[in-house]
Amino acid sequence: MEPIERHTIAVLVDNEAGVLARVIGLFSGRGYNIESLTVAEVDPDSAVSRITVVTSGTPMIIEQIKAQLDRLVPVHRISDLTDGGASVERELALVKVRGSGNKRVEALRIADIFRARAIDSTNNSFVFEISGSTEKLDAFINLMRTLGLVEISRTGAVAIARGAKGI
Amino acid sequence: MWGRLLFDWKRWKTMAKRKLSGSDIVIQSLVDAGVDTIFGYPGGAVLPIYDALFKQNRLKHVLVRQEGGAVHMAEGYARSTGKLGVVLVTSGPGATNAVTGLTDALMDSIPVLCLTGQVPTHLIGNDAFQEADTTGITRPCTKHNYLVRDVNKLGQIMQEAMHVARSGRPGPVVIDLPKDVLINEAPYESGKKPAVKHKTYRPQIKGDNAKIREAVELIAKAKRPLFYCGGGVVNSGPRGSKLLTEFVRMTGYPITLTLMGLGAFPATDKKFLGMVGMHGTYESNLAMHDCDVMINIGARFDDRVTGLISEFSPGSKKIHVDIDPSSINKNVAVDVPIVGDCASVLAEMIKVWKETKPRKDAKAINSWWGQIDKWRKRDCLGYRQSKDIIKPQYALERLQALTKDRDTYITTEVGQHQMWAAQYMKFNKPNRWMTSGGLGTMGYGFPAAIGVQMAHPKATVIDVAGEASFQMNIQEMSTAVQYRLPVKVFILNNEYMGMVRQWQELLYGGRYSESYTASLPDFVKLAESYGAVGLRATKPSEVDDVINEMLSNDQFTIADIAIDKGENCFPMIPSGAPHNEMLLGPEDEAEKPVSEEGMVLV
Repeated sequence: MEPIERHTIAVLVDNEAGVLARVIGLFSGRGYNIESLTVAEVDPDSAVSRITVVTSGTPMIIEQIKAQLDRLVPVHRISDLTDGGASVERELALVKVRGSGNKRVEALRIADIFRARAIDSTNNSFVFEISGSTEKLDAFINLMRTLGLVEISRTGAVAIARGAKGI
Repeated sequence: MWGRLLFDWKRWKTMAKRKLSGSDIVIQSLVDAGVDTIFGYPGGAVLPIYDALFKQNRLKHVLVRQEGGAVHMAEGYARSTGKLGVVLVTSGPGATNAVTGLTDALMDSIPVLCLTGQVPTHLIGNDAFQEADTTGITRPCTKHNYLVRDVNKLGQIMQEAMHVARSGRPGPVVIDLPKDVLINEAPYESGKKPAVKHKTYRPQIKGDNAKIREAVELIAKAKRPLFYCGGGVVNSGPRGSKLLTEFVRMTGYPITLTLMGLGAFPATDKKFLGMVGMHGTYESNLAMHDCDVMINIGARFDDRVTGLISEFSPGSKKIHVDIDPSSINKNVAVDVPIVGDCASVLAEMIKVWKETKPRKDAKAINSWWGQIDKWRKRDCLGYRQSKDIIKPQYALERLQALTKDRDTYITTEVGQHQMWAAQYMKFNKPNRWMTSGGLGTMGYGFPAAIGVQMAHPKATVIDVAGEASFQMNIQEMSTAVQYRLPVKVFILNNEYMGMVRQWQELLYGGRYSESYTASLPDFVKLAESYGAVGLRATKPSEVDDVINEMLSNDQFTIADIAIDKGENCFPMIPSGAPHNEMLLGPEDEAEKPVSEEGMVLV
């Protein structure tokens, strides 16, 4: 068996009705994985949105995913950020933690180490905003588990190639 | 005077860009694109289009009896002409009934435009009467679909949709038309040539030159080459088949075709080894297994062709030409992938071949042909003729013999009869063979034949059917009679869903669960009740008479041929087996039981 690889793929699409359903339907219909998927309009003038999808599969499956995405009529361009040279990848999370006393102090201290910001605070809770690689977010969230973790909201990864060249 | 001229020009311009209702824009767009026939069924949401149809005479409308039939008719029309097939159905059930046909057209890459009615835009999402989320439902079974919310965009969407359906790898496209959009008016420029520059959709037609050269070099050096070609050649137009024939003859190599590709190369040519795949010929499948260079042009390594994928043609270098990049390396990893239109790539290949004048390994090619001739001697399509019972193979051999000099188009339903038709009918030209390959839709052949006959009123159009499949769209008899279409339905009647019965015999210990078609109608009387002709043959001696009578009349005719109920379709590669483990006939069955892995495959 070929090894399973994790790839981050950027897809530029026309921001029209149903385009996200087309992309998601393609993944579910053909049995591909979606580890995360984010989408937002990036060019309001020409109504173009960018979808960043993190997926996994054998190299043959990854090639298929790209070819299948490219086949969708409203897709402008796709770019495999894992294959196409160096890229930066970030994810943002909002993490709610409840606690008092030492645990509360400890949560704040760890947040400081991870450069997470408290963006909401009550007498017995924080909401931290943290961004970084998916692994960093995982690590932070794991540490919070023993300190009163209540709720997590994550964006999924967004990514862009390093260097001066555009997609 | 100049002022006057200028004024007139302006007036002329506004006249050319006059305002039309959405319904008129739909019809005008179709007419402007050269569409002459549409297949449909009216209903509440499309009443404005039907009213517009009533007031014009350039578009011919064929009233079907169920929307599923309309899509298959459009498919038959499209496949036999290379043109776009157009369907018009109402919202809700009209659209959902069309889904099977759309999926069929997607799987077999048939250009179909399906216009569906929709409830008015302000009611969408309200669970209104006859509302269905048509774009949602048809998203995975179309090449693309549109919901038109603004009549001002309708003209452009019509053009774009027809372009998407026809170009690249063709496929079905749905336009969902809310009733208010059909009634509202917008400017429309009549007669405008379609602007075919899409901002994102640009299929690649020309193949990469370096890859083509690499492929030709590989072809030239081959010792055991084989062309393996499919529906992509047919879809690239008559020119594709002509170029394929030219190239194959130029090389002198053997060729096999898929079910979808039959007719892309003349069946009567010695270089043709017959169909490949599960019920393909012995020589084709063994050549696939043993070849050293496989030249796949417009075929997609479908599971019916490859058999057990891990043992598929283990020793060959593979060239794959396909217009759809996602077809390449999907099932089988290939050595030389070429994305492009088959006709365009073939033309380039021929050019390079002529230019480089390669030296073939004549000795190796000769001994390869020697091997192929040995396989041919097994006569895998031979069968035991009977005096009392009509063998299905015999019936088709006679049909082939008695139609070969006519302008004949064959459609089929799905099952044993389909495979026998593929084996025994000979197609020397493309677009003569219409069968549901990818989806395997029972009920396809009869409406498809109606669509073919609409496009070719003078031709002989025969639906080779099984009694079970025919009943799946039997309501279209009324359509055939209404339009006086002399379609022939040639039923190989074994009173079983034959292929199901065959698999139950081979894989399920002969437990024929629900595969007997009980309570059959008397097909002769049934035809007569529609004012059509019904014929029956129960003995081999009657077959010729029935076929001749069927061919000589100019009416819709059902020929009910009572065939051997227990006959199985051979050769057969059991599912989960490689090509070189074919079953050639009943004698092989016991020796080669189907593996457990094979049992889970279809």
